[in-house]
Amino acid sequence: MRLRDAVVDLRQTGDFRSLQEAIPYARFMGISGELVDGDVIGRMRYSDHLVGNANVPALHGGTLGALMESTAIFKLLWHGETTAIPKTINITVEYLRGAKPQDVLARAEFTRRGRRVANVRVFAYQDDPDSPVAVATAHFLLVQD
Amino acid sequence: MSDPFLPQKDEIRRRLEGRYVGAVPHNQALGLRVVDYRPEHLSLALPYRLDLVGNPETEVLHGGCITSLIDATCGGAVIMSLAAPRRIATLDLRIDYVRPALPHQEVICGAHCYKVTRHVAFVRAKAHHGDKANPIAAASGTFVIFPDEGRRTEDAVSK
Repeated sequence: MRLRDAVVDLRQTGDFRSLQEAIPYARFMGISGELVDGDVIGRMRYSDHLVGNANVPALHGGTLGALMESTAIFKLLWHGETTAIPKTINITVEYLRGAKPQDVLARAEFTRRGRRVANVRVFAYQDDPDSPVAVATAHFLLVQD
Repeated sequence: MSDPFLPQKDEIRRRLEGRYVGAVPHNQALGLRVVDYRPEHLSLALPYRLDLVGNPETEVLHGGCITSLIDATCGGAVIMSLAAPRRIATLDLRIDYVRPALPHQEVICGAHCYKVTRHVAFVRAKAHHGDKANPIAAASGTFVIFPDEGRRTEDAVSK
């Protein structure tokens, strides 16, 4: 399925599977989205190749950034009106604690969603949503179709 | 004295490729390789691969793998700046995407650790397709340097 068709499918069904299928990197990383109580939750399924430090062991910091950027985009696509993929202007990731070798979840909040630019905060967590492993602030350019 | 002991170049390459790129599962999964290295500087390359594409219509790599490349290169530049191997962790990393990446081209990240204190290291980096003057992303990061394990054990014994 083409990416734009997958976005249309997502808005009709609330199912992120075709979107994940359409994004090669999301498949490689095991990153997908789901709707939980009407809100978009990103999930990165644990896989051995996501590890950054095998001695601790802890997930690679870049993978947490990837999950949070993806979750923000998933939420923008779910709430958006166009099928164009938002462009990342910048992302700042703060690493709060080591991420254990298990699934990571992420929740995004729109600080401001304007016509051209969206300001998004993302929280990545494992066992406890109130104890995030990383938080991100990102800006996206909302491209018109 | 701010000038740390600098190991031999072969030793640096061995340490970076073996311990840092090779022994880090995700860096290996991305196929990162050492392009260039000198004290306080490191360049790593992320080869272009179709399974790392973020948008199949443009065939451009996903920002996530560029984040991992930049994080890995910045961390490596910190290691290049330390007198002895230490465990480090990313405190924060900011990435500005200044222009779109091109499809079917590897991404090279050059990082410079411009300041190291006892506990913190400061890094700047740029990602590009081979022309440093025309970057696709500019980044700055800070890293925590954990205490030397040996020294901590001595402290514990002395107490």
